[in-house]
Amino acid sequence: MSTKHLITTTDFCVYHHLEHSFIADLQDAGLVEIKIVNNTTYIPESELQKLERMIRLHTDLDINVAGIEAISHLLQRIEDIQEEMRLLQNSLRAYE
Amino acid sequence: MAFIDYYEVLGISKTATEKDIKAAYRKLARKYHPDLNPNDEQAHKKFQQLNEANEVLSDPDKRKKYDQYGENWQHGEAYEHAQRQQQSQQRNYGGGGGQAFDFDGFSGGGEDFSDFFQSMFGGAAGGGGGRRQAKYRGQDYNAELHLDLKEASETHKQTLTVNGKNIRITIPAGVENGQTIKIAGHGGPGANGGPGGDLYIKFLVADDPRFKRKGADLYVNTKLDIYTAILGGEITAETLTGKVKVKVKPETQNGTKVKLKGKGLPVYKKEGEFGDLIISYEIELPTNLTDKQKQLFEELAKSSA
Repeated sequence: MSTKHLITTTDFCVYHHLEHSFIADLQDAGLVEIKIVNNTTYIPESELQKLERMIRLHTDLDINVAGIEAISHLLQRIEDIQEEMRLLQNSLRAYE
Repeated sequence: MAFIDYYEVLGISKTATEKDIKAAYRKLARKYHPDLNPNDEQAHKKFQQLNEANEVLSDPDKRKKYDQYGENWQHGEAYEHAQRQQQSQQRNYGGGGGQAFDFDGFSGGGEDFSDFFQSMFGGAAGGGGGRRQAKYRGQDYNAELHLDLKEASETHKQTLTVNGKNIRITIPAGVENGQTIKIAGHGGPGANGGPGGDLYIKFLVADDPRFKRKGADLYVNTKLDIYTAILGGEITAETLTGKVKVKVKPETQNGTKVKLKGKGLPVYKKEGEFGDLIISYEIELPTNLTDKQKQLFEELAKSSA
């Protein structure tokens, strides 16, 4: 049986000085996956890194949820392009 | 570390207000924030400079010192002490010589400037600009691991030393040049008991002098003498794991490609799957022919005319 690590959204919000509504807004925008177990909301550990990046964008740069959503899509595209570029560069090396 | 003009870093004038500083920092931070510039070292460095500039200029005390002493602002007290001594000497000797204060004694410690900031941003200093210091998981570490093609072709273990800790990792066969793997929790320790960061290892697979790589397929150029090319026969070809015998068809043309199935690299994380080895023939024309050989070629030429 596999073990999943979950963090309650309450603990997470207290730790990061966040309103619950911020996490709810991110969830509504489909930017973060929240699990509900016995009426308690949890954040899977696998979401933590992505979520903390969004919090930094919000707290460091005053970016709202709509902005975070746009940025997340663009960052994903950058990562995809970087990966494609890496593969193409490796292919080109075969012809050098 | 060379003197940094924090006003220039933020693109503001020396008369900038607190609001101007905040606005300039926000604008540039949005451009250079590490989360918005993944894998961009230049942007990360620029963001660090912005943070330094903001830390100093948004704190009235630090800004006052910085403005007063310029590049020696962190040694302000020592400067004041030296100035007091100088004034005292001038009084004692009655010399109004207008001797200029020599900053060299302070600027020699240029390296301290950077150290000072490291200690400041490490959490020791507080009260800068009133900006809340968020509590984060530990910093992610990035490391590079150099492999040759042979090493990249075999699943093997390697021990890395990261910040004094030995980490034994398994490198799966078939890793590509530039590929990055994540070792969770082996980055920097978290702030205030937060979880540790991750360690990202980037593999740099060196070019092989014999084989060119394209994904899991390998390409090699093999010389073929004209007689084997025309009449057919057998050659010994080199693969990554040893030598194999390859049949050559009669009338093989220059540049002909032959695929040896499964003789390439293992496919990354697909056990039992391998790429192919593609041999390109480079037919070598004979040189220094004997009279007899020339005669035979002439006969051959006549017969095919």
